[in-house]
Amino acid sequence: MTVVLNQLFTGISIGAVLLLIALGLSLTFGQMGVINMAHGEFIMAGAYTVYVLQQVITGAGWSLLIALPVAFAIAGLMGVLLEFLLIRRLYARPLDTLLVTWGVALILQQVARDVFGAPNVQTRAPEFLTGSVTLFGDLVISSSRLFILALSLVAVAALTVVLKTTSLGRRIRAVVQNRDLAAVSGLATGRVDRLTFFIGSGLAGIAGVALTLIGPIGPTMGTNIIVNAFLVVVVGGIGQLKGTVIVAFVLGILQSMVEYTTTVSVASVIVFVAIVAFLQWRPQGLFTLRTRSLA
Amino acid sequence: MTYLKKPLVGFGIAAVLLFVVAPVALGDFRLNLLAKYLCFAIIAVGIGLAWGRGGMLTLGQGVFFGLGGYAMAMHLKLADAGPGSMPDFMMLYGQLDELPWWWKPFANPIFALAATILLPMFVALLLGLLIFRRRVRGAYFAILSQALCAAFAILLIGQQGTTGGTNGLTDIQGFFGYDLNDPVNRRMIYFIIAGSLLAVLALTWQLNRSRYGELLVAVRDGEERVRFLGYDPANVKLVAYVAAAGMAGLAGALFVPAVGIISPAMIGVVPSIEFVIGVAVGGRASLVGPALGAIAVAWAKTALSEKVPSAWTYFEGLLFILPIVFLPGGLASLAGMIRRRRAVVVDNPPAPVEKTPVEVTT
Amino acid sequence: MSGLSVRDLRVVFDGFVAVGGVDLDVPAGDVRFIIGPNGAGKTTLIDAVTGLAKATGSVTFEGQELLGRKVHKIARLGVGRTFQTATVFEELTVLQNLDIAAGWARGPLTLLRTRKGVPPEVEKALETVRLTGVRDKPAGTLAHGQKQWLEIGMLLVQNAQLFLLDEPVAGMSHDERDATGELLGQLSKDHTVVVIEHDMDFLRRFARTVTVMHAGKILSEGTVAQVQADPKVQEVYLGHPVEA
Repeated sequence: MTVVLNQLFTGISIGAVLLLIALGLSLTFGQMGVINMAHGEFIMAGAYTVYVLQQVITGAGWSLLIALPVAFAIAGLMGVLLEFLLIRRLYARPLDTLLVTWGVALILQQVARDVFGAPNVQTRAPEFLTGSVTLFGDLVISSSRLFILALSLVAVAALTVVLKTTSLGRRIRAVVQNRDLAAVSGLATGRVDRLTFFIGSGLAGIAGVALTLIGPIGPTMGTNIIVNAFLVVVVGGIGQLKGTVIVAFVLGILQSMVEYTTTVSVASVIVFVAIVAFLQWRPQGLFTLRTRSLA
Repeated sequence: MTYLKKPLVGFGIAAVLLFVVAPVALGDFRLNLLAKYLCFAIIAVGIGLAWGRGGMLTLGQGVFFGLGGYAMAMHLKLADAGPGSMPDFMMLYGQLDELPWWWKPFANPIFALAATILLPMFVALLLGLLIFRRRVRGAYFAILSQALCAAFAILLIGQQGTTGGTNGLTDIQGFFGYDLNDPVNRRMIYFIIAGSLLAVLALTWQLNRSRYGELLVAVRDGEERVRFLGYDPANVKLVAYVAAAGMAGLAGALFVPAVGIISPAMIGVVPSIEFVIGVAVGGRASLVGPALGAIAVAWAKTALSEKVPSAWTYFEGLLFILPIVFLPGGLASLAGMIRRRRAVVVDNPPAPVEKTPVEVTT
Repeated sequence: MSGLSVRDLRVVFDGFVAVGGVDLDVPAGDVRFIIGPNGAGKTTLIDAVTGLAKATGSVTFEGQELLGRKVHKIARLGVGRTFQTATVFEELTVLQNLDIAAGWARGPLTLLRTRKGVPPEVEKALETVRLTGVRDKPAGTLAHGQKQWLEIGMLLVQNAQLFLLDEPVAGMSHDERDATGELLGQLSKDHTVVVIEHDMDFLRRFARTVTVMHAGKILSEGTVAQVQADPKVQEVYLGHPVEA
């Protein structure tokens, strides 16, 4: 029983990481219909933010807390820049955008290599996150994993509030649902796009900060973790957050359970097969915005 | 038959360049590098067909390249080891008492050769059937193909004892009885690869100009519209996808004797998306553009990363960005523009700038 | 029975009833116009007949049930349609567009060979829709009206028996409308034609029978004169009064 609970929690914490990464991705994907391959490098930027801040601020706890807004802003600005310089020009060519942002990702990785060096770097975890919590008598959960879970849930809640209650949120939803109509109704879709990119990419920065708690920081950290986050977006469907949330956790739990019963390498294949099977049932993802155009 | 004249002249020139000029002009080392580049060109021709003509951005050709490569390498390793023996790396890891069952058929040269092409085609058929029929496409398709690639590479790495793990299958000595250390035999491998490239180009040329080729472009630009004409677009796409997979498998099979190794690092997510770059630079919808683009990019990679490795990465990043943003038709579209300026009728569809598909809105 | 027959057709999108129980008979050889205000469910009706929108009820053409079949299977039964915004393959030539439309029944061997010359049915369709002169031009370079004609040509070579035309004369010049109207008359000799149209002048001149839809239901049906005299129709059309 403990084993199952343990794997379950491992899965949930994999899911929380996936969720943090996929949240921003699904926002920008829903908005522009494009998967931003440089999203992983925004995560990397967030992680290096912690590393740099720790050179200046010695307290690990403070540096981590300060890093959250700073990483959000840095990654967000990178996203705005990317949208403004490139993605905007490729509005009608989503697949081309995918390749172009991959090129951006390569360049950002190399910049990181040239600035911080190719080897991975380490950050110090704040003391209050180095311990663990014991639940149900014998289930031991590391505090950093709990922190990431909480962070991802806070991010979902904050994003939901922004989307549902603010005028920016209404504008974002309007553009996601019907870009042309929103434009005709006088919405400056360009500004909405840039703001969406700011938020979506900023969330990647937050994810990067979280990742420093559970792994090394390196130039290719983005590429390594992002493929599964893309899958979360594809399987979750676009236009609604709940699909992303559910699928992130389901995929995380599935992966940890299959890994436990088989091996990591077999699990990756089984998860892929499961996803293809799922798409037989829901080819547009778990939730999708239904429109009359069936193209 | 004047319309046949120009392509024939083109093939003639390509044949002379590949079979006469290159072997004379290049030393053994450079010729062997060219052999490797030509393998990438074969993959690129397939991607040109699937993506340029069919609109399917496949970021997972590494899987098919890998299947072809591993099928060939398994046979060559078994042949190197001799009948009844196990390949050297299996002995080294010492986990196995006998050859795994799925290795055994690859001892048969005919089975192995057929598998290099048919196995990738079969996997593509299976995956294509499942996802094209459910109308999974666009970015979704691209991501799925990439995820397959990641899963395949992780699977290979994990099975150290039977696949060589991260190292892959290395140190291949012979090719159907010919010693690969002998420069004459390596030259022969080059000629086989060059001949294969020409064959693949000829096949794709015929596909592009056939009625099927026109239909494929129609599916790319208006998948839903084609349905109302009585076609099932899934089948149309499937043919191009499976053909591209077969080409990648062939390239993998030829890559192994040319380079002497196949490993997960050559077929994962990163190399797979790199296969696409040459196609974008050369001109995705043209016939020779992808091949030339792939050769040029591979050459640039060798030349630049020999000198300054970081410069190559920056350059590669720019290669993904600049041509796609500013010259979506690739270098081939430049040739097209010049030709059009000379006011000659172009019988091929112009290089497609991907645009919003013909939408069936109501 | 021959022709198109629709029984109790319902299409619901997320709780919104787009078509709510429509019965419709279009006998073979008719030229039926379907009119109605925006949102009346006209296009959705066609979407349901051609398999694009999920529907309940029954739709038969020449005795064959269409509902539940896939889009391309319905097309193979001789049901062809055009779209509000002409959708042709812009990068292919007019000839290639028509050749593709003529070809779903071709076997793999024919498909893998290169087209030699112009198939006779394509030649004929080119003349019928007056596009012989621009045969080798990319369809994307055609004028708006010509694209719509190309779509009709594609239906002809597709060997469609039932033509479902969604606003075929929208955006056409006066002369082009006349020519299209005459073409519809010609077509009706051996086809069944259903036209969705807003243009009342065009309707008066070329419709044989008219069905008026409103809010997902059939409001009125009959000849042009009968429909125009119907007080219910006049009421619905207060925005666009139909002169009696």
